Order: sequence, then structure tokens, then C-alpha cells
Amino acid sequence: MVEPANTVGLPVNPTPLLKDELDIVIPTIRNLDFLEMWRPFLQPYHLIIVQDGDPSKKIHVPEGYDYELYNRNDINRILGPKASCISFKDSACRCFGYMVSKKKYIFTIDDDCFVAKDPSGKAVNALEQHIKNLLCPSSPFFFNTLYDPYREGADFVRGYPFSLREGVSTAVSHGLWLNIPDYDAPTQLVKPKERNTRYVDAVMTIPKGTLFPMCGMNLAFDRDLIGPAMYFGLMGDGQPIGRYDDMWAGWCIKVICDHLSLGVKTGLPYIYHSKASNPFVNLKKEYKGIFWQEEIIPFFQNAKLSKEAVTVQQCYIELSKMVKEKLSSLDPYFDKLADAMVTWIEAWDELNPPAANGKA
Amino acid sequence: MSSAEINKNEVDIVIGALNADLTQFLTSWRPFFSGFHLIVVKDPELKEELNIPEGFDVDVYSKTDMEKVVGASNATMFSGYSCRYFGYLISKKKYIVSIDDDCVPAKDPKGFLVDAVTQHVINLENPATPLFFNTLYDPYCEGADFVRGYPFSLRSGVPCAASCGLWLNLADLDAPTQALKTEQRNTSYVDAVMTVPAKAMLPISGINIAFNRELVGPALVPALRLAGEGKVRWETLEDVWCGMCLKHISDHLGYGVKTGLPYVWRNERGDAVESLRKKWEGMKLMEKSVPFFESLKLPETALKIEDCVIELAKAVKEQLGSDDPAFTQAADAMVKWIQLWNSVNSSV
Repeated sequence: MVEPANTVGLPVNPTPLLKDELDIVIPTIRNLDFLEMWRPFLQPYHLIIVQDGDPSKKIHVPEGYDYELYNRNDINRILGPKASCISFKDSACRCFGYMVSKKKYIFTIDDDCFVAKDPSGKAVNALEQHIKNLLCPSSPFFFNTLYDPYREGADFVRGYPFSLREGVSTAVSHGLWLNIPDYDAPTQLVKPKERNTRYVDAVMTIPKGTLFPMCGMNLAFDRDLIGPAMYFGLMGDGQPIGRYDDMWAGWCIKVICDHLSLGVKTGLPYIYHSKASNPFVNLKKEYKGIFWQEEIIPFFQNAKLSKEAVTVQQCYIELSKMVKEKLSSLDPYFDKLADAMVTWIEAWDELNPPAANGKA
Repeated sequence: MSSAEINKNEVDIVIGALNADLTQFLTSWRPFFSGFHLIVVKDPELKEELNIPEGFDVDVYSKTDMEKVVGASNATMFSGYSCRYFGYLISKKKYIVSIDDDCVPAKDPKGFLVDAVTQHVINLENPATPLFFNTLYDPYCEGADFVRGYPFSLRSGVPCAASCGLWLNLADLDAPTQALKTEQRNTSYVDAVMTVPAKAMLPISGINIAFNRELVGPALVPALRLAGEGKVRWETLEDVWCGMCLKHISDHLGYGVKTGLPYVWRNERGDAVESLRKKWEGMKLMEKSVPFFESLKLPETALKIEDCVIELAKAVKEQLGSDDPAFTQAADAMVKWIQLWNSVNSSV
């Protein structure tokens, strides 16, 4: 049995790293009570809340948090016709938060994720670990058998080429979950009682050329390095698929990170995932995805971006053209998705004009 | 799976003896070596008689045996840490587990001694998943599974060729790193086994390793010998080169290589600073090896392990031979190794 940490009485972190350079993006449809237990670690940071579903519903944000909140009306107002690329009735809408943020780093977390305990019983400051992951280099070109070589107490092993020991910049930090694991519907149906109780004390870089299933529940990234590629696709209302938003983003960002020599890490930190969603509802959402991913995976595995694609936006537009060309035959949905990918980039560039932040 | 469920008759435990007195080593491993057949191969350059405690089912091989089997000139292939490869050559079993003679069982975070042999065999018996990364690591172990988004067609996995274990206390760091951090000891027990993704290169350490001999035996090549190779791991690279070959061939044939558990406890031995005095030739060789393996494509027609090794040797000679004589020697050794393997194992 694994329990969440009890954070009552823990003081708010007096030295929050990157306090003014990081936004926390939270999609929600119900309430944000979970933020009460995160106070010691998250209160110093600015929140961007993306309210999905009925915009007239009032979302209560616990006292003491500094936040901006966007509901569907705000999204429509800010993006106009481009709002069509932002999903409705799906947590995929969170990527709107990435777009409106003005910070360098993003941490996104689901509203049913609590603070986990490490094996010694101590509450895990997930955000602090994500920041450490992002600020340390990654090592995608050669696998280090002692995992993250930059962690305290670790290093590169014998035989690790010296020329590769500087590493590359880390674009994404993918955290994990104790208690309810991120299983798909079929697995949930077969193993409804399985809980993840294994605390694997490691961070590692996912090697170049390897794809992975990126979960959006506990995720952080460098918005300057990879932000425009973090589009969570068209899901939910009016769409034939759900629960593949983060997966889609994960495949896109990995191809682009590999192309631009950026690193993606996975492992620590853990959060405590408290709610198992309904597997029957999930099955209906995922159903098409289960078949489609058999085609989608080889597509991404074989996707080759051109030498001329040197910015994230350029890479993403190229990818969208490939999606239209190669996946439309799988289902007309991909034609729409490819268009939405372009709309997303247009919207991103509009809200984040290069001149304003000095980047190409 | 527990130790009761693995078939001990399918396993040979091969120990390269670089130290004459194996009493402490074997006594500490007794609970986990018991019931298994042991092959102890004595470093041909070790002068003293081996001291082996009673009660083990063990066959000991020395220089004389090597010369009988492969001839005097080829016996030089098996000096130092490479002596264990002789054990791999003459074994008749499906799985080999090999542990350096300066390692003893480690303790897990609960304080229990780790049965490294059983864990290695479990790793080898279960499929590997090199084609897509599972973020919950080994999907086949108790309490875990494939995560959402993992393609269903890839969930049956592929055969596991090798299981690379890790080390608590003295980790397998190179001499410059250990010399810089003299006090650093590995205390981090990472409770996971995972498959190293296809196309990813890694430094495979020979200190704590197991492999499916039936599947990939010939690919573990005792080939790259550093000039002035020594009797401490800081002064060798034979296992790292062997591992690069093994991983590349495994990728080519669609097999998997796992890393992670089990841990062993590696005792203090040697002096990293002393080892630094030797020319750090290994570093140069690794730098040249990386782009070579990165761009290497074995021909589609190479479908047997032996053919893969021969093709790899050819490519090494062609592309790296002019860079350093060590590579030419390695290529020749690889070809010789396959000849020896075929002649020793042809009657099987």
C-alpha cells in the first residue's frame, strides 16, 4: 500500500528555484482543492489555470496562490478563429496555458495528483526535482548505465566517451506516478487493483532515436527550447479520439528534440496519482487510438526532418506536412489534425512574437 | 519467478580468477551459487595455485587446458580479465552468469542479500522491449505493466540476449573519474530492470553480466586489448568493446539487452591514481569507436551470429584499422574467435 505525503505543517519553501521564470499550468473542470497539499512546494509560483467545460462555472482557487485563469470564452476571445486548435472537454486544452505563458519553464500537473512520499517517508518536492532535471544536461547519444551522471553521487561509467560528457540541453522532464499508474483502458480493465508501489530512484535520458509514451500528468519543459512543439492535439468534444493528447505531443517533441540535439529525461520525480478514471469511458476514448498508434508509431520512427528545419516551429510545420501526407489515408482526422498543428504554430507565433523575446 | 523456478541445469557460472585465493569470494556467494555448475578460469599469467573452498560443483581451467583446446598461440587471447571468455567458449549451457572475483553479494534496501544469479536468469528468460521505451521500466515484473500509449503489437517483446547488472560501493567508473572523486561510492539502489533501446549505444561492463549463450555466445568477443592492459578494471576496455559489438549485433538481429538489477557489492581494489599513470589509450579508442558503431550497418544477409561477428570484424579492419593497430588486432581476434568457437562447438 502506498500513501500520499502529509504536508500539513510543512513550511513553504523559502528558496523556490526559478520562482519568476516558471509557470505552473493546470487544466481543470472541477476544483483545485489538491493545491492545498502542494502549498509548501508550489505556492511561491505563478499558476495558469485553464478551465475546461462550462465557462460559467466558478473555479475556486485556494487562498495565497497567484494565478491567471482562462475559460473557453477567454480562449475564444484571445485566439479568435484560431481557437479551433484548442480542444474542448479534454485536458488537452492545457496547451493553451503553454501558449499564453511568458515564462521560460512550464510545469504541468493534473488536479488529481498529490504529493508523493519517497522511501524514507519524506514528501517529494516534485517541482524542485523537475527543475534540477531541466537545469542539468541530458545525455541522449550514449546510454549511461548509472543513469543520470550529473546527479549527486553518480557519474559517467567506464567506457563512456569523454567527448559526450558535456551533454546537451534538457528540453523535457517527464515524471512518474505512484499509486494509480498511467495504464490504458484494456490494462485497467484487466488489472483494476494494480497500484504502482515501486519507487525507482533514477532519472535518465531517453536515447536519441527512441520514442516513448509521454504522460502529461507530471511534466515540465523548457518553453524556450521546445514550447511550440508541445501541442496536445485535437481531442474531446467533436473529435474521434481522446487520451492521446500527451502521447501525440510526446512523439512530436521527441522527433524534434532528436533532430535539434535536445534531451528528454524520464524518471523522478514521482507524484501520487489518486484517481483512477473510468476504464469503460477510457476505452471508448482510446479505442481508435489503439489501432491508429500501430501506424502512427512507425510514422514517427521514420520521420526525418530536413537540415533546413532549425527552429522548433520550422520542425513542427514540416512534421505537420508529413502528417497530412502520410497519415490522412489512415483517417481524415489526421488531415484536420495537420491543419490544427499549423494553426497552433500561427497562434503561438502571434502570442509570442520573436521580436518581443529576442528569439528566432 | 523465484530461484525455485529457474532451471539450474541451464546455467553455467563462469568466474575469471585474477586472484589466487577465491575463498572469500566463493564463500560469500555460496548461498546463491549452490546447485549451479561453476567454471573457474585461471588467468594464465597468475602463478599461484588457486585456493577454492569445498562444496562447489566446479571445473577449473588453467593455461594448460587453454593450450590443449585452442593451441599455445591462441591461448594469449585469454589473459587477464579475458580469461573468462575461455569459460564461455567451452561451456555447454544455455545461460552464462559471470561476476568478477572482487565482488560479493549486495544488500537491497530492506537489508536482504541480493541473489544476483537468479535475477540475471529471470532477466534473460523474460522478453526485452527495445523498440519502444516503457516509462515504468520492466513491464513483465510483478506490479508493473506497459503504460498507456505503448503500442500493443510491441508488447510481446523480443528475446533477451544479455543482462547487465550494476555495482554498489565501487561503481565501474574509469580511472580519471575515480581518481578525481576518491571518496565517491555508489550507494544508490535503483530498483529497476529496463531494456536499453535499439540503436542506443552503451558501455557494457563485464564485472556483473549474464547472457544467453545459445542466442549470442559467439558475439561476446575477447578482442580489444589495450597496450599495457592491466589486472584492474581501470586498465582494461575489453568488456566495453565486447559490449559495443554485442549491442550492435543484438540490435541487428532484433534481440534485446537489459540493464539495471541485479546489484553486486564491489570491493575496493587497485588505485585509480596509479592507473592514471598508464597512458590513457582506452579513451582515444572509445572516441574512434563511437562514430564507427553509430554509422555501421551490417548487411541484411548476416543472419547468423557468427556471420555478424565476421562482418563486424571486416568493417573494423576497413574503417578503423588505419586509426590504431589495436583495432586491426581486435578485428583479427574476432575472426580467430569465431574459428575457435566453431571448432570447439562443432561437435555439440
